[in-house]
Amino acid sequence: MIEIKNISKSFNDRMVLDNVSGVFKKGETSLVIGASGTGKSVLLKCMLDLVRPEAGTTLYNGRDFYIGDEEDKKDIRREMGVLFQGGALFDSKTVHENIQFPLDMLTEMGEGEKKDRVEFCLQKVGLEGTGGRMPSEISGGMKKRVGIARAIVMNPKYLFCDEPNSGLDPLTSIKIDELIKEITDEFDITTVVITHDMNSVLSIGDKIMFLHKGKKLWEGNSQTIMGDTVPELEEFVFCNKALSLMRAGK
Amino acid sequence: MLSVIGRYLIFLGKLFTRRESLKVYWKRFIDECIGIGVSSVFIVAIVAVFIGAVVCVQTRANLVSPVIPVYVVSNIVRDMTLLELSSTFMCVVLAGKVGSNIAGELGTMKITEQIDALEVMGINSASYLVLPKLLAAVFTFPLLAIISGFLGIFGGYLAGTLSGIITPEDYIYGIRYSFIPFNVFISIIKAIVFGFLISTISAFQGYNTRGGALEVGQASTSAVTNSCIAVLIADYLLAELLT
Repeated sequence: MIEIKNISKSFNDRMVLDNVSGVFKKGETSLVIGASGTGKSVLLKCMLDLVRPEAGTTLYNGRDFYIGDEEDKKDIRREMGVLFQGGALFDSKTVHENIQFPLDMLTEMGEGEKKDRVEFCLQKVGLEGTGGRMPSEISGGMKKRVGIARAIVMNPKYLFCDEPNSGLDPLTSIKIDELIKEITDEFDITTVVITHDMNSVLSIGDKIMFLHKGKKLWEGNSQTIMGDTVPELEEFVFCNKALSLMRAGK
Repeated sequence: MLSVIGRYLIFLGKLFTRRESLKVYWKRFIDECIGIGVSSVFIVAIVAVFIGAVVCVQTRANLVSPVIPVYVVSNIVRDMTLLELSSTFMCVVLAGKVGSNIAGELGTMKITEQIDALEVMGINSASYLVLPKLLAAVFTFPLLAIISGFLGIFGGYLAGTLSGIITPEDYIYGIRYSFIPFNVFISIIKAIVFGFLISTISAFQGYNTRGGALEVGQASTSAVTNSCIAVLIADYLLAELLT
């Protein structure tokens, strides 16, 4: 379980996150949604301690991520897997080497064991046989899959995905969503997805947190989001033409 | 300005704290030696040979007095090459080649979140990425300075003897005449210091890139400019200190 408590962060006197709190439970796919510039990615970076908030804290199974020495932090980091927006694959390494990288750096596993683990992860994301290719030789959707494979290679307890659907066609987006959901359920991990994609919201949102201008305005799930009457949330949800027509009963 | 120097010093401190295992650095060190050192041999060789040749021709053209013996030409080629050209001039060239490469590579890694990916894994990204580059530069720059010194003198020999400016015997006599071995040591010391400055300043610029492709370009330009300025200042200080 991940718990964020009263996170606040500003840049140059501009408040980007204002006292945001929430709980992300194990075995659930939790979504943080909101329009661009509402602080979703900053919240994720605060949770990963890539950006240190001015106030508040993040607890991983009760362990405060901002307190403690580097070794304690490293222990928590080893339980994390992160899919970055662009995949963040290392350009100079092959797909196989990218996925194997955390194993090389953080474990004492033998070469054979590592190879098997990488093959397992590649198979999990449906990319068998592509291990020898360079990141520049694969499509955007494949890069996201490789990013997911690298994120899960260490058997993480916490999976973070920053806009996993950005830049992808609708069909590939759905496949990526399904993959994230499947991994969350199969490995019983805590997954946090940053997105503004309504398809994702409706299909994989076990829990949804809506941010608006740095504040948490609403919390619910994919069943309750359509019926709620927070004006800012309504505006966000029903700017989608299909959903708007559906609501109008057409 | 002071805050930038402060951030640079903090960045240097970060390179030596929370390091990964030596095995990890060894492989990266070898890769960087190839990227920084071996791949620079060609440009260093070309520059050294031609600068040596030009110094020989220019010196002869300006030494028109009949009372000055001709072997002085190779004497001057030797000292100029060892004291300035093989270290300072070569490092200014390398600041352009190696410095922009380091800043561009790290800047791109920064804006594509590859550095964040390392940090999230609990890896000290500055140390993992920059320390092998720094060690490789400090190790290979003196070797390049030695190659450059040798080829510079050889370039002078070729230009001098092929154009009839000086006989091979006079050239070799001049090279040997009043040779101070300490000058070779000065060249190596300079190359080590310049290697340190170029690699760390360029890495600092690249590592702190914010924004997009435009900013990566700006970081590369700043890396080359700042490295060259630092090399020239260090060159003056070392000249005062060592000669």
